Amino acid sequence: MRGLMGKLFAVILVVIALASAIPIVTHTWYGSAIRLSPPPDISTHGHAIDEQLSETMIEAGLSFLAAQLVLALFVWKFADRKGDTQIRTFPGGAKVMVIAALVLVGSEILALGVLSQKAWANVYFKPAAPDALQIQAQAGQFAFYFRYPGSDGKFGALHPDKIDEGNSNFFGLDPANDVESRDDIVTGELAVPVNREVLLLMHAKDVGHSFYVRELRIQQDFVPGLDLSVHFTATTTGKYEIVCTQLCGLGHYNMKAYLNVMSQEDFDHWMKQKASEQ
Amino acid sequence: MSEVVALAAAEHSIGHDVAQHHAPPQGFIRKHIFSLDHKVIGKQYYALALVAVFIGMALSWVMRIHLVWPNAPIPGLRFLSKTGAPGGIVTPEYYLSLMTMHGTLMVFFVLTNAPFAAFGNYFLPIQIGAEDMAFPRFNMMSFWTTFLAFCILTAAFFVPDGPPISGWTSYAPLSAVGSDAGPGEGFGQTLWALSIFVFCIASLLGSLNFIATTLDLRTKGMTLSRMPICTWAWFITSCIALLAFAVLMPACLLLILDRVAGTSFFIPAGLVVSDRLQPHSGGSPLLWQHLFWFFGHPEVYIAILPAMGIVSHVLVNSMRRPLLSYRVVIYCMMAIGFLSYMVWGHHMFISGMNPFSSLLFSFPTLLITIPATIMTLIWLGSLYGSKLRITAASLFALGFISMFVSGGVSGFFLAQPSIDIYLHATTFVVGHFHMVMGVAAIFGIFAGTYFWFPKMTGRMMSEKLGKLHFWLTFVGTYCIFMPFHYLGLAGNVRRYAVLVDDYLIPLIPVHRFITIAALFTGAAQFIFLYNLIQSRFWGEAAPANPWECTSLEWSMPSPPPFDNFGGKHPVVYRDPYQYGVNGSKGDFVMQDSPEVVKA
Repeated sequence: MRGLMGKLFAVILVVIALASAIPIVTHTWYGSAIRLSPPPDISTHGHAIDEQLSETMIEAGLSFLAAQLVLALFVWKFADRKGDTQIRTFPGGAKVMVIAALVLVGSEILALGVLSQKAWANVYFKPAAPDALQIQAQAGQFAFYFRYPGSDGKFGALHPDKIDEGNSNFFGLDPANDVESRDDIVTGELAVPVNREVLLLMHAKDVGHSFYVRELRIQQDFVPGLDLSVHFTATTTGKYEIVCTQLCGLGHYNMKAYLNVMSQEDFDHWMKQKASEQ
Repeated sequence: MSEVVALAAAEHSIGHDVAQHHAPPQGFIRKHIFSLDHKVIGKQYYALALVAVFIGMALSWVMRIHLVWPNAPIPGLRFLSKTGAPGGIVTPEYYLSLMTMHGTLMVFFVLTNAPFAAFGNYFLPIQIGAEDMAFPRFNMMSFWTTFLAFCILTAAFFVPDGPPISGWTSYAPLSAVGSDAGPGEGFGQTLWALSIFVFCIASLLGSLNFIATTLDLRTKGMTLSRMPICTWAWFITSCIALLAFAVLMPACLLLILDRVAGTSFFIPAGLVVSDRLQPHSGGSPLLWQHLFWFFGHPEVYIAILPAMGIVSHVLVNSMRRPLLSYRVVIYCMMAIGFLSYMVWGHHMFISGMNPFSSLLFSFPTLLITIPATIMTLIWLGSLYGSKLRITAASLFALGFISMFVSGGVSGFFLAQPSIDIYLHATTFVVGHFHMVMGVAAIFGIFAGTYFWFPKMTGRMMSEKLGKLHFWLTFVGTYCIFMPFHYLGLAGNVRRYAVLVDDYLIPLIPVHRFITIAALFTGAAQFIFLYNLIQSRFWGEAAPANPWECTSLEWSMPSPPPFDNFGGKHPVVYRDPYQYGVNGSKGDFVMQDSPEVVKA
């Protein structure tokens, strides 16, 4: 049959386009309970990112569907037509295409670009409040460690040459000579009080790593040689996975820790307990 | 622009006499191995890409199987590596090796070699009416240097420390501090850097050659604005490649020096790796990232622009009409090439570079969608009212448009730094770049293969098998790469050897679906391989112009004689795509046909 292949292409393309949209719309894998969307946000800045994501999804999704369906339609209509039909040109020709792209994509870019800056600024341009809880995070092959300044409110200095994992001196502290480091609390778990801003001071021990908590909408690389920081406020108590997202060697897949968001009382209690364990 | 065209037109007659070309070689070695003939070199590049793509695909199979059936022994694997896969079961570090080698083979030896070096070498000189490349000896050198790079890379499979594990991006300091950083960071990583260094030399030679050939060897009447779109694409790509590989080459050299000579270009002070304080100071890991991505982003366009050119060329021929605008397409490709140098920082939004620069890099990244959209709309708009002929080649060209759109829209997300905070390093990125630069470019290669195979070998490929290959590949690749996006939205991290995190375990059924789709789609590629080999030796003899095409490569017998035009210089009288007109041969007029026609 004349044009069968073209019609087959059109049908398959429409099926692919619609089937591709289903998990996006339902947020689950076809007919199952497997969730395929970001987990509920537990941060104060995350809603801006989520809004940005859903707006982009609508615009990108519509562009995707429109382009695929038009491609399918044109191939259906014009593939393997009889020899005597005339070539026709799309009304307006290339000019229409250029103007359409400039107007449609241009306005999308402006809208998304401006909105995106706002969401980005919340995370990176607004400095942490002066009274934010400071916690130091160190990433190394293949574990995260966290350090709290202890009762003096000051972090002891770091001495990379004194790092000794066998004796649990993960940060390279020197309590013998350095008074400030004596009360520092080092843990493998990141405990934070709920609804209190946290300033995470990040450094890498060996190679590049990354700090990613999906629920917090935070992802930030640890870069060897650079002191970086992120700040966030967690709004919901619970335990969340912190995973490494920067390839760091054979144990990369297994490099993780937990973020434990607690009520202020639980946090104070936890701190006391950890201080006594040091 | 028009001045440039006029200038070039004035110069062409001087140009094409410059190259003093070689006589036909006699011995087997000069004819088939160390050949100076651009057509042989083009086929050599194609063959190398073919070997690389099947190795790369096999590696991805092993990765996919391991990811969802981690305890199932993979037959034959223990022979490849006793330590990496004891009993046929992949270790985490070997998984990362497979991933690194897969990425490196595919990006450099397939996506750069096949659409650009292979087809470009074969058809660029013919399409502009030249006897050969401007520098045939450089051309031979560039292929054999590429081959050397390939040997160095594959040798890394067999070194005692194991193949490299830092991924195709080889971020320092993991890639720079040496074997302290664990298995796969020993000699294998040095070989990786050396291989890419050598590859860069080859690409520089190749792109210089392409540029010189395009500018100097066009035949009489072949003005710049009469070049086929794919010739333009190869030309623009060589300009991009010249600048991009020129940056990656020294970067690799510095990485090698950090590894073997004790320098500290990428390694800062105070690093403690495997309990050893590293004897380095003063380097910057971000420097590597900047240098790498300054190359790495244009590289995406090095892969996709030739595919765009090939697809345009094939589509116009299948639609039997010119594109809505030839000029706009060329300008769009130039704009893409130009913008491709301003966007590299979007790979580094969360790398710790100044957050203001993220916004600066975001804008041109979003901007680049404009020329890409214009091109897509021109392809779509040209389909309207055409007399589209469905062939294996045109199906892959149409499939390219579909894939390019699908992979392109996900770029919208990743171009915005705020969304990238969530999606960076998830499988969303994996889905995005596999579709837009991997699958789309490979569809371009397939379209080119089905289209030009008759010219390159003198035999027709089986259309029936070609179409079957298309249907399986088209549906299959969507089944593989769409789910990657969904997993990424759920925060699924990439580059994990085993899925052990609490939130990743429930996602394994989706991974299993991807693996099964990958196995099926991969198996379908053997239909292509069979078709290629079967047709090469036993295919029907090809006429000079089986697709009724207008450009110069179809004006000569299939396969072309040694000096392409039989000692004559063809004269070009018209634009490259005179379709939908009443010519003496049908609805088209060849570029070198002097007849006067009315549209």
